[in-house]
Amino acid sequence: MTLGFVMLCHTALDRAAEVARYWASRDCPVVVHVDKRTSGSQVAQMQSDLADLDNVRFSTRHACEWGTWGIVAATQAAASLMLREFPQVRHVYLASGSCLPLRPVEEMRAYLDDRPRTDFIESVTTADVGWTMGGLDYERFTLRFPFSWRKHRWLFDNYVELQRKFRIRRAIPAGIVPHLGSQWWCLTRQTLSAILEGPDRADHDRYFRKVWIPDESYFQTLVRQVSTNVESRSLTLSKFDFQGKPHIFYDDHLQLLKRSDCFVARKIWPRAEKLYASFLSPTAGDEPRAEPNPGKIDRLFAKAVERRTTGRAGLYMQSRFPNGEWAQGRTAAPYSVFEGFADVFENFETWLSKVSGSRVHGHLFSPERVEFAGGVSVYNGAMSDSAALRDYNPRSFLTNLIWNTRGERQCFQFGPSDNQKIAGFIAADPNAQISVISGAFAVPLFQSNRNFSEIRAEAARLQRIESDLLAELRGPHVKAKVRIWTLAEFIESPMEPLQSIVDEISPRSLRRLAEVPRMVDLTGFGQFLQNLRNQGMQPVLMGDFPAGQDYPNAAGRRPRPYLVK
Amino acid sequence: MSWLTSYQLRAKRQRLLVRSLLHRRELKPVVKRIGALQGDPILLFCCLRNEKVRLPYFLKYYRDLGVDHFLIVDNDSDDGSREYLADQPDVSLWSAHASYKKSRFGMDWITHLLRNYGHGRWCLTVDVDEFLIYPFCETRPLRALTDWLDASQIRTFSAMLLDMYPKGALNEQPYREGQDPFEIAQWFDSGNYAISRNWTYGNLWIQGGPRMRAFFRDAPKRAPALNKIPLVKWHRSYTYVSSTHMLLPRGLNLAFDAWGGEKASGCLLHAKFLDTFALKAEEEMARGEHYANSREYRAYQQALKDQPDLWCKWSEKYINWRQLEILGLMSKGNWA
Repeated sequence: MTLGFVMLCHTALDRAAEVARYWASRDCPVVVHVDKRTSGSQVAQMQSDLADLDNVRFSTRHACEWGTWGIVAATQAAASLMLREFPQVRHVYLASGSCLPLRPVEEMRAYLDDRPRTDFIESVTTADVGWTMGGLDYERFTLRFPFSWRKHRWLFDNYVELQRKFRIRRAIPAGIVPHLGSQWWCLTRQTLSAILEGPDRADHDRYFRKVWIPDESYFQTLVRQVSTNVESRSLTLSKFDFQGKPHIFYDDHLQLLKRSDCFVARKIWPRAEKLYASFLSPTAGDEPRAEPNPGKIDRLFAKAVERRTTGRAGLYMQSRFPNGEWAQGRTAAPYSVFEGFADVFENFETWLSKVSGSRVHGHLFSPERVEFAGGVSVYNGAMSDSAALRDYNPRSFLTNLIWNTRGERQCFQFGPSDNQKIAGFIAADPNAQISVISGAFAVPLFQSNRNFSEIRAEAARLQRIESDLLAELRGPHVKAKVRIWTLAEFIESPMEPLQSIVDEISPRSLRRLAEVPRMVDLTGFGQFLQNLRNQGMQPVLMGDFPAGQDYPNAAGRRPRPYLVK
Repeated sequence: MSWLTSYQLRAKRQRLLVRSLLHRRELKPVVKRIGALQGDPILLFCCLRNEKVRLPYFLKYYRDLGVDHFLIVDNDSDDGSREYLADQPDVSLWSAHASYKKSRFGMDWITHLLRNYGHGRWCLTVDVDEFLIYPFCETRPLRALTDWLDASQIRTFSAMLLDMYPKGALNEQPYREGQDPFEIAQWFDSGNYAISRNWTYGNLWIQGGPRMRAFFRDAPKRAPALNKIPLVKWHRSYTYVSSTHMLLPRGLNLAFDAWGGEKASGCLLHAKFLDTFALKAEEEMARGEHYANSREYRAYQQALKDQPDLWCKWSEKYINWRQLEILGLMSKGNWA
């Protein structure tokens, strides 16, 4: 008893001939079908290449356009020829011209000898398949597809729509339960002949002729009627990409393929010299076999599909540039933005970097220069501190920074005197944690030694800018985690907000803050605000500071008035 | 896109094609070997002037990748480039004495050659200092890539220009003929590229890298574009619009995914910053034959006076394509 191979070929016939010779010379009959559209000279060449082998046959040629009946017709013709010509064949293996045997034929034969009644064919009901493209699964069996999907896509799609709209359906013949599965199977003589010589064959053919992609459903459906022992999996390793095209194997997949537990792989790149040389060599079976690890192959190709469909979050590059409204993965990692904290606390940046273990920058969007942590002039990824370069494309600047520093959380200061263009982008970014002490911009003005009229004008300008920012942060499109306190609220009890911010940045260090930054001296700040009011400006963002009463404690400056023990 | 833009772009494409026809008379064949080519060759198109010292490595690099034939326009070389190229068995050579600037910086000539010889074939259009890197380029020849692009019905493959530079002043390590330029220019900037979308042509506009950081700090808008689409399955109705930065019809520029996924892409390693650069900058300034009054070269000349070191603490040393992939400068897409 032996095993026969049916090969469906259309290009790279020289490679197909090599594989056919490999099988045929190991006592496995081969029937070759060549696509009718392949030129006659190539076929003649292949026939003469294989002329010395008496167990190779060529079957009647059919045109095999993808998704059409031709492929099934070709398979039927070749399989019938196989059953007729080689009575010793028990299992028939359907392969393509770009298949390559991964394990020696002897091993395969032994495997099938142990399972003489088993049909290996992936056969899944339409409700259970997850891989069909374009949403056509059950409808493959109930609609009509007179137009070519490849050549007349518009007609194809619209005709499908039309039939859906008017609920035009073909009746499925009695006794047929639609099943789908990989085109590549291995069936026993009993099963195959029952399908090919069954009394209903003409009816079935007439029906399947108009089914969409019948090569994935004809044998898969009919085998359920005749076989008693279906093992629903394919012995051929074949991986598909997100468009339903088979992945191609190259020389650098050699080690990977050696660890597959499948007998045959497709599709092999015709010029993969090393693969063909290695797997078709006469000594291929002698090498000690590597422990099969098919999961590795699965992971590799699943990852490739994921890369193509989802990509790497937060990456903007030449072949990935998500639309502006794409909120998921605007940036590569979470980061924190602080407005007003550096004004209220002395050495806030040093303190924060120490307690949270993250990288704390100054005002990255300051109008003079980019204040990278440590005051450096070039940062990760060779980013420049030039304000002009940053302002040329602030979005790229921020996304680059976050991408370049993956693995290390970034924090930076922001304020009304900074370039505000980036605000909208940050507000809509789920990765951003924004903490604002509103009105804190007045503190440096309060401490400054400038003329009061200047201070007044500056305070009014900054207040206007900050109000706009707050409006933005309270808007409907905000995806960032936003916390806003007025200055008065914040200095009332600064401990709690600081604790919750630090907890969020470094969730693993569930310690109470032991050391807190020193707050600037606000003695006389209330009066300062009153003076602004007296000059006609209305400071509103700071909250409620009673004039004349010093805050938080008139008794003088206490170094750390709010340390919680 | 409105019908008006659509009409204007169509008119522009036709104008460019007519231009290339008008300029074809400036091309004088020196040696044509392309007629003998069989099958489905991968072609490389290049326009150059006085690049003798770079040519041996350039040809070797692309031969090793699997380019079958080189179609080269020699714009008035006097350093022996022409004689050298004419002797190569896989080169077809044309010479053009006319103005580089007036032929749209050589693109009119190249467009004509592409139209004549590139139709239905994979065409790679590069400069002599640009070296294509694509996913798996160490183990898979260029043919594997084009076969895969064919199978996936993709017509264009983008490869961003990645400026490479040496550590130290440019003139410290002289480049010898035949040498791998990246033995000297080993470094690059990994993450300072500004990207925006060009809505008219549908392509991405990328600027950045050491050139923007060192020479265009105060005028970023003028920094040269780095986005390139050098590999195209050509059709005679196609045309490059500005260098190889973008094409018409504009659907060809959609080499990126706008919905979060990554398409496959490569990089063009740019070996511009070698000791030959200062000389070139001077020569090109004198000729005044470059883009926008050679203002790019003017900026270089200014900066080059004090022998700048493009290298910085965060420069990355080039290892291989996987490194560029991990850094996010290029992508495998769904090619596995």
